Amino acid sequence: MTVTDTPFAGGIVGEARLRKEDPALLTGEAKFIDDLDLPGALWVACVRSPHAHARINSVDTSEALAVAGVVAAYSGEDLADTWVAPLPCAWPVTDDMKNPAHFPVAQGKANYAGDIVAVVVATSRYAAADGLEGVVVDYEPLDAVVSIEDAESDRVVIHEDLGTNVSYEWPLIPDPEGVDAAFEAAEHHITETYVHQRLIPAPMEPRGVAVVPAPHNGDMTLYSSTQIPHVLKVMAALTLGVPEQKLRVIAPSVGGGFGCKLNVYAEEILCMALAQRHGVPVRWTESRTEAAGSTIQGRAQRQTIELAADADGKLTAVRATLLADMGAYLQLVAPGVPLLGAFLYHGLYDVPLYSFTCKSVFTNLTPTDAYRGAGRPEATYAIERGMDALAVAVGVGADEIRSRNFIPTEKFPYDSPAGLVFDSGNYQPALDRAKELIGWDARMAEQAERRAAGSTTHLGLGISTYVEMCGLAPSRVLASLNYGAGGWESATVRILPTCKVQVVTGATPHGQGHETCWSMIVADRLGVDPDDVEVLHSDTAISPLGMDTYGSRSLSVGGTAIWMATEKVVEKAATIAAHMLEANPEDLELTGGVFSVKGSPDAEVPLAGVAFAAFTAHDLPDGVEPNLQAQVTWDPPNFTFPFGAHIAVVEIDEVTGAVDLIDYAACDDCGNQINPMIVEGQVHGGIVQGVAQALWEEAVYDEDGQCRSANLADYLVPSAAECIDMKLDHTVTPSPTNPMGVKGIGEAGTIASTPAVMNAVVDALRPLGVTGMAMPASPMTVRRAIEAAGGGAS
Amino acid sequence: MEVSVTVNGEVRTADVEPRTLLVHFLRDDLGLTGTNIGCDTSSCGACTVLVDGRSAKSCTMLAVQADGADVTTIEGLAGEDGLHPMQEAFHECHALQCGYCTPGMVMAAVSLVDEYSDMDADGVREGLEGNLCRCTGYQNIVKAVLAASE
Ligand code: FES
Ligand code: FES
Repeated sequence: MTVTDTPFAGGIVGEARLRKEDPALLTGEAKFIDDLDLPGALWVACVRSPHAHARINSVDTSEALAVAGVVAAYSGEDLADTWVAPLPCAWPVTDDMKNPAHFPVAQGKANYAGDIVAVVVATSRYAAADGLEGVVVDYEPLDAVVSIEDAESDRVVIHEDLGTNVSYEWPLIPDPEGVDAAFEAAEHHITETYVHQRLIPAPMEPRGVAVVPAPHNGDMTLYSSTQIPHVLKVMAALTLGVPEQKLRVIAPSVGGGFGCKLNVYAEEILCMALAQRHGVPVRWTESRTEAAGSTIQGRAQRQTIELAADADGKLTAVRATLLADMGAYLQLVAPGVPLLGAFLYHGLYDVPLYSFTCKSVFTNLTPTDAYRGAGRPEATYAIERGMDALAVAVGVGADEIRSRNFIPTEKFPYDSPAGLVFDSGNYQPALDRAKELIGWDARMAEQAERRAAGSTTHLGLGISTYVEMCGLAPSRVLASLNYGAGGWESATVRILPTCKVQVVTGATPHGQGHETCWSMIVADRLGVDPDDVEVLHSDTAISPLGMDTYGSRSLSVGGTAIWMATEKVVEKAATIAAHMLEANPEDLELTGGVFSVKGSPDAEVPLAGVAFAAFTAHDLPDGVEPNLQAQVTWDPPNFTFPFGAHIAVVEIDEVTGAVDLIDYAACDDCGNQINPMIVEGQVHGGIVQGVAQALWEEAVYDEDGQCRSANLADYLVPSAAECIDMKLDHTVTPSPTNPMGVKGIGEAGTIASTPAVMNAVVDALRPLGVTGMAMPASPMTVRRAIEAAGGGAS
Repeated sequence: MEVSVTVNGEVRTADVEPRTLLVHFLRDDLGLTGTNIGCDTSSCGACTVLVDGRSAKSCTMLAVQADGADVTTIEGLAGEDGLHPMQEAFHECHALQCGYCTPGMVMAAVSLVDEYSDMDADGVREGLEGNLCRCTGYQNIVKAVLAASE
């Protein structure tokens, strides 16, 4: 398929249009949560357990109360009656899933370093911080469970009432005997085990919450730096017993999320409760170091992948077995995160037999949950590293093993062995293009030369091809996975009397450029200037219906709702225009903002005239309501399945173990693009985030469960100095499951880049006998791997 | 303690606790919330402003240390005739996404370009090492700074 499949004719969609979000963000005019001016607000500071696992014998707040500016301090017991329900986990993946009660302030026991054990309320942020010092907690430290293996053994059971640390086991094995038989018959049986270290999402804006109550009429406004104001409204109402119609949730400008602001957090519910109690605004802003214990972390699982293949390296079965770390409690969608990858451990390869099982356990560490890619980076990592191992076993190149196994283009829509239907795909051209961009043959020759010359600066090339499932999600599929909500999205398109347009969306941006893109979609169809389209979002009073932004869903689900609402408005406008022109609505076309009668070029009326006529309502056709407005809620019939090929080139100094990323190319396919500039930006940022997992980032915990990389001095979020320019291109294979033919792109870069880099690292060191490498591939880890392989200079 | 700082061309005086950080003085006392806070270890650069013309992390300075100084924040960058060339370049090059790092990044870039005339991409990358961005992967930031330095 080619770009001619685009349904857009207005000349706006598909152009690299600069963002309308920028001026406010570039000048400091944008208001993030901590920027809100809330006169009289009290500041909240949280006393967090310094122990990963400890009994709380007593909490004494008396000294805190004596601190200047402190107005109140509460222990978990003090607030115990406040909660109607524990903090929510919306994804009970199995009927017997174990889910410990998790309250905003712990009572009796702290289960990770960071668990809130008391809270101080004061008149300023400095006073609140001072108050923390005055809270005396008597802890009785307990043995901490800090590894998933230890957790699985139940040596120490963290939540005694559950009787075990295992939360759930979730299998997906459509044909168990078939899989076993395939492995028995296999010419090649590859078994690899990989560990995904814990990652700290680290959006540059820490989280924050502010609650403004109206004690007399019962209204309450919750501001939060969140990706999910709509979901949060429902969950907060249920958790605190606030009537939902009285609750308004606003996400102000949000400084990045990457999944970690897709949650219902203790501090949100806590600030609501405190605002209720004190009858005045209450606010809390997270500090960066605090975030290691207050905001979820990502990844954290061990995976074993087995590949069965025939003599040519053609895959016959894939078996994946996971042990995943949920942390101390189940956050909003944590149990489902491994399952978002569960269907993709065979990658974009045509494999008849499939087996997946996941066991998830509790540890005394910060809870985990969705982090950019959520489950799909893990799946892609396993299969793509595994494919390289298979290539070596078969004796073919990393490119060739993939080409041999790609799902053939003619098989789309493809019934996957895990039970999905991949919407569309054309994988080989993406790989070919990525190889071209990186100069594959020349790089291979360079590698051979260096090896022949005995260079100790090794060159490695790593490929990762990927397909991912995103655009969460068909509500019925979510139901089959026991998810607690639907996957639809809502949109309203409203043409105002002066022919300016309002778009109301339930998607909630935090850097993705929705305002620009949504305006383009609507403007392209209506023939108006995108600057005349205003996009309203992130406030449940303005946009009451929504499922928010995560899982690369905003365009394919939310954008589709906007597309459909626009069509509906055009249809209504056509009815009025036809009345004005004394023509049939079916004979009208809307081009460049003007309705004209097909075949009679002179009979025309501008959309502006129709908009005003709809407003005055003086002469509307019978049965037509005044005003031009339409609302649509779209529930997608399927996920979308973007794909692509990424290639990383690294240079490794054998002596120091330092890995340098020196070149990177990617060819991605997200179907039709609304704004290619924004697509590229998403891919850039995504790639770097994935590279960071491969090379730099890790939430390091010691044996007592203390995070040793809690701040940005120790947790190595890359700077510009470590990063390089990436070479990007794309192919276009529209999705047939939505009218715009679009697929998601927000997570693709992160999904593909981690295995590409790690494959390059292993490829570089293969002559030294290195066959595996842990992440992050720090100089020390690389040196150890070289030494363990018995090779290399020193 | 009374401090008096020239901020974006205007003398601003306030009574602050001696421990007040410059960034909190700007944000909480003067209401200039464009300067952001992204960390507590002076690692991220979100709080970068110009102090006497040079970039400085306003979370590493006390307000009292800025007494008598000339401070420019992101709010003071755009002129009567629109955005500063660096802001314009960030816009043109799509060098921001969520925009949280942006005020600090722009101020650091303004100072960098002011200090070194003809820089290449590597120079820009090294020069902006103290400013983290989680969204953009830096490619377009580097492009913007190079464009603005021409
Ligand atoms: S807030 Fe100043 S460097 Fe991070
Ligand atoms: S644009 Fe989001 S942190 Fe830089």
